[in-house]
Amino acid sequence: MSQASVTAAGRLAGHGEAAHAHHHPTSLGIPNQKLATWLFIASESMFFASLITTYMVFRYRSVVGPHPDEVVNIPLTTVSTFILLMSSLTMALGVSAAHRGEMRAVGKYLALTILGGLGFLVIQFYEWWHLAHDFGLTWRTNIFGSVFYILTGFHKAHVIFGMLWLSVIAISSFRGTLRKEHAVNVDVAGLYWHFVDVVWIVIFTLVFLLTEAGV
Amino acid sequence: MRHFQRIVGLAAMGVAGVALPVMAAPQYWLDPAGPVAAMQGQLFLLTLYIMLGIFVTVSGILVYTLVRFRERAKASARTGEAGTAARRETAAAAEDELPPQIEGNHKLEIIWTLIPFVLLLIIAIPTVRLSFALAADPGPDALEVRVVGHQWWWEFEYPQLGIVTGNEMRIPVGRPIRLIIESADVIHKFWVPKLAGKMDAIPGRTNQMWLQADEPGIYYGQCAEMCGTHHANMRLRVVALPQAEFDAWVANWGRGPVVEDEAQLAAVERGRMVFETRACYACHAIEGTAARGTAGPNLTDIGSRTTLAAGILENTPENLARWISDPQSVKPGSLMPRVGLSPDELRDVVAYLSSLR
Amino acid sequence: MATITVERSFWQALPKPKAESGFWSWVTTVDHKRIGILYFWTSIVFFLIGGVEALLMRLQLAGPNQTIIGPDLFNQLFTMHATTMIFLAIMPLTASFFNYFIPLLIGARDVAFPKLNAFSYWMFLLGGIFLNSSWFLGGPSDAGWFGYPNYSLKEYNPGLGVDFWIIGLLLTGIGTLVSGFNFIVTILNMRAPGMSLMRLPMFAWTTMVTSFLIVFSFPVITVALLLSLFDRLFGTLLFDIFAGSDLTVYHHLFWVFGHPEVYIIVLPAMGIVSEILPVFSRKPLFGYSVMVFSTMLIGFVGFGVWSHHLFTVGMGPVVNTVFALATMIIAVPTGIKMFNWIGTLYGGRIRFTAAMMYALGFLALFLIGGLTGVMLSAAPSNAQIHHTYFVVGHFHYVMIGGALFSLIAAIHYWGPKMFGRMLDERLGKIGFWTLFVGFNMTFFPMNILGVLGMPRRIYTYAAGMGFETWNAISTVGALIMGLSILITLYNLLTSLRRGEPAPADPWDGRTLEWTIPSPVPEYNFARIPHVSSRDELWVRKHPQLAHGAVAETAAAEEAPEEAIVMPGGSYMPLLVALGLFVGSYGLLYYMPVFWGGIAVSLLGLVGWALEGDNLRIVRPGGSH
Repeated sequence: MSQASVTAAGRLAGHGEAAHAHHHPTSLGIPNQKLATWLFIASESMFFASLITTYMVFRYRSVVGPHPDEVVNIPLTTVSTFILLMSSLTMALGVSAAHRGEMRAVGKYLALTILGGLGFLVIQFYEWWHLAHDFGLTWRTNIFGSVFYILTGFHKAHVIFGMLWLSVIAISSFRGTLRKEHAVNVDVAGLYWHFVDVVWIVIFTLVFLLTEAGV
Repeated sequence: MRHFQRIVGLAAMGVAGVALPVMAAPQYWLDPAGPVAAMQGQLFLLTLYIMLGIFVTVSGILVYTLVRFRERAKASARTGEAGTAARRETAAAAEDELPPQIEGNHKLEIIWTLIPFVLLLIIAIPTVRLSFALAADPGPDALEVRVVGHQWWWEFEYPQLGIVTGNEMRIPVGRPIRLIIESADVIHKFWVPKLAGKMDAIPGRTNQMWLQADEPGIYYGQCAEMCGTHHANMRLRVVALPQAEFDAWVANWGRGPVVEDEAQLAAVERGRMVFETRACYACHAIEGTAARGTAGPNLTDIGSRTTLAAGILENTPENLARWISDPQSVKPGSLMPRVGLSPDELRDVVAYLSSLR
Repeated sequence: MATITVERSFWQALPKPKAESGFWSWVTTVDHKRIGILYFWTSIVFFLIGGVEALLMRLQLAGPNQTIIGPDLFNQLFTMHATTMIFLAIMPLTASFFNYFIPLLIGARDVAFPKLNAFSYWMFLLGGIFLNSSWFLGGPSDAGWFGYPNYSLKEYNPGLGVDFWIIGLLLTGIGTLVSGFNFIVTILNMRAPGMSLMRLPMFAWTTMVTSFLIVFSFPVITVALLLSLFDRLFGTLLFDIFAGSDLTVYHHLFWVFGHPEVYIIVLPAMGIVSEILPVFSRKPLFGYSVMVFSTMLIGFVGFGVWSHHLFTVGMGPVVNTVFALATMIIAVPTGIKMFNWIGTLYGGRIRFTAAMMYALGFLALFLIGGLTGVMLSAAPSNAQIHHTYFVVGHFHYVMIGGALFSLIAAIHYWGPKMFGRMLDERLGKIGFWTLFVGFNMTFFPMNILGVLGMPRRIYTYAAGMGFETWNAISTVGALIMGLSILITLYNLLTSLRRGEPAPADPWDGRTLEWTIPSPVPEYNFARIPHVSSRDELWVRKHPQLAHGAVAETAAAEEAPEEAIVMPGGSYMPLLVALGLFVGSYGLLYYMPVFWGGIAVSLLGLVGWALEGDNLRIVRPGGSH
């Protein structure tokens, strides 16, 4: 085997394009996936900024009720927010385990993170059901309903996508195919998860807390 | 002065010698008929002159550069054989022919950053001034007209006078008109070029603008926002009348048919019956009758209008008959249905509507 | 060549494409050059479709009261013409040059994410097909390229046309966004040793700024489109007036995207011209660093001017004034660029090749586009010219005089590198003059028509409005433009088969793409170059211009690498794209197909992540 094919085999030991970047030093010294994920997050920020702005403009324009201040449920949402925040903590622990090279532990932390996401979703879907059932608020009831369900729905979709992403990594961790050089994959999944969290903090503040405060 | 501007404007657009088609251009807004369009036109001309100056200067420098620094014959003999091996060999020999390899010049860069700033300032100041001036309320003695855009016609309501009309807005000369602009369905854009620039008619919103006609006349306008099938045929006219004639129109509005003899009166009466009993009344209103529909234009003064079907047909009895008998052949996709009148009924309705002057 | 596989989990055991030529090699390719060529031909096909749509409209408008084309078809034509030209012709044609040349310009072997790159292409192609399939499935949207509600909602647009339009744009938008990420990472991270940011060729700079504009603006139109799609498909009330909506929310969302979009189209064109002018003047680009910063400034300020499209929605004088002034500010960096281009020419030795003539055409015509743009920025007089043919003239001077002229310049300049054959210079020059004359005949009269009071988007006009002469001239000009495009196409197609073989450096070029053979081998550079100068090749050819040790690095590059690892093909990008494409039809016709499509895409994504690299080893020695 020539020297070149040995290096090639070394590069092959990874999943997808991850290994590629890991072995080539990049011009900025930041792995390609990480840079791309930051850009993706920048783009997603514009997406949610547009949605949230639309929400803020539309929320009190409904011709018929219920209006935001009649329906927000602060205690319930606070619990779900807390759970989501905790899942960010376990995510951070998973990332740090990956950096220490404890690739089996990564799966454990990610499973906890997924569980946190699940807890968040259960409470949030309960809230949807509650709004629809007790207040008769659907996305066809009034303009607040439309924009509320679309905004929170897109956030939920992001949480679900994040859970699928983390599952793929967690499964390879449990199967032992997650290697030390994949730490960057865990990193970028973590970045995404934290971002989804931060978006929720903004939504929680603007959609729930501000409404409660009467702003 | 206006004549001068018009000539300069035309020359400036590079159309010297082809002024003939322009003379019959009823929407040519650089020949304004009121103060708003005049102010807007002046700002346009200011920007035009400055931009023309820049264009002439820059393209002059560009052409000069291209002519002066084009590759001369000796050198260009080589370009034909671009990229051949011979070329590579001559490359070294051509070293001494390299033009000066200048990478930049800070002084020049600063100069050509500052010049645009100064020129833009000349435009910016009147832009700001005029933006606020035109947005100001025209004052308490303005006549108010509520303009409502419909697919594909215009409704004009005079709240101070209790008058509603369609597609032809009558205004007194020399008096500012405050327009309250709304829409009944999709987004439209109100525009009468010789009197004033555009303003959107957006459903759910109310916009305001003003205009004024300085001379009596008929001023053309049309919808300027894509609003569906007949966007192109959603035209309107503003009829500016001397105060006395305007007052007469106001006084006559809703007074019913104007007839000359008994026979005509009978036809008109029969026509009115048809109008009030067949489909017409469901969509159209005529003051002083049972017709109170609002889906279509108010027809109280239809006989005095110059056009039909939102400015696309001249208002003659023949055209009116054609329009009523088969609207879809005149304006396919129009929201006016075919009512299916007998020839007699049609004749009577036309007689009736034509008498509403 | 050899294919290596090491471990074989379930996903890694999936069949990998092996073909190196033929149909499947193109379908599964991840090679940036092949993807560039796919973008190239696909966008040309869409360009021809958009061109035919334009010609049909010009025929209808040639005279007053014509009935060649009815009002509804006319509305569909201008909607599809704009959408096709912007999203399916000009943007992908620039993407073609991004793909083919960015790695070459920065000294890389591929983009940062080759598979994502293939995915971008498939999303563009399938999105374009989806959008245009509406012609055969009940007719396309007639709501304009802006698709303002409430006209775009079910009440006024009951067919599926608007749904096809929205979903088609979302599909191509995904591809565009992904390639935005890809090119930023590529340019920032894949540069050859010594290629510092301030040594990047201008085209790489404009590509990067363009990609940032894509990254920040496309999500905004995504929201606008999704909101109206929800109203149409699921009966939400976002743009329902009777539920209390405010339609101007959509206006703002659309134009927060819409104005940067103009720069997404024009900045790459500026980059192309900044590459061509120095080569054919035999001088460096004048004021390189000022050009870089003005590009960034245009990109940045471009996000703060969107409401100049909305001067007549009734925002009030304060907002109008702010946006008018911000818009005027943009003229400053644009003006700086114009002067720097002329500064590049000044004192040079100018060769009038076809590529250069198109680039010079850009200077002259973009100047008019820019100046008419400043005229539009004055809010009070904008109320008159807004939504008239003056605007149509203005932005075609930007889109054609600016973007298209520079893209055709790029075809003549870079075509030999892409296809390995020289284009015919004589036909190129004939093509230039016919396009230049035809273009000005078509669009200058439109500026006059706007002043005469002709609104946009009208399918007909009455006689006696003063519009007849200018419209007739315009239509004749459009036919001449069509002829010119056919000449260029003929030149391209015949040169590809019979043209003179292109040498590595046909134009006495300055940048890295001219150091390697034409057409470019799979691995691009036999040895990754070491860069010591902004005009690397130029300085190597003229060592007396060098500031440092050029000779040694050049010598070190002579020996090619023994073996180069290249990414192999993959089915996954196409699979993910196909899932979304088929699922989109499901969304409109049969929901189970939608969920099936989404499932296929998700499975494709997992396969993508886990299938492994399918790496191949290429030995440059063998192919030389």
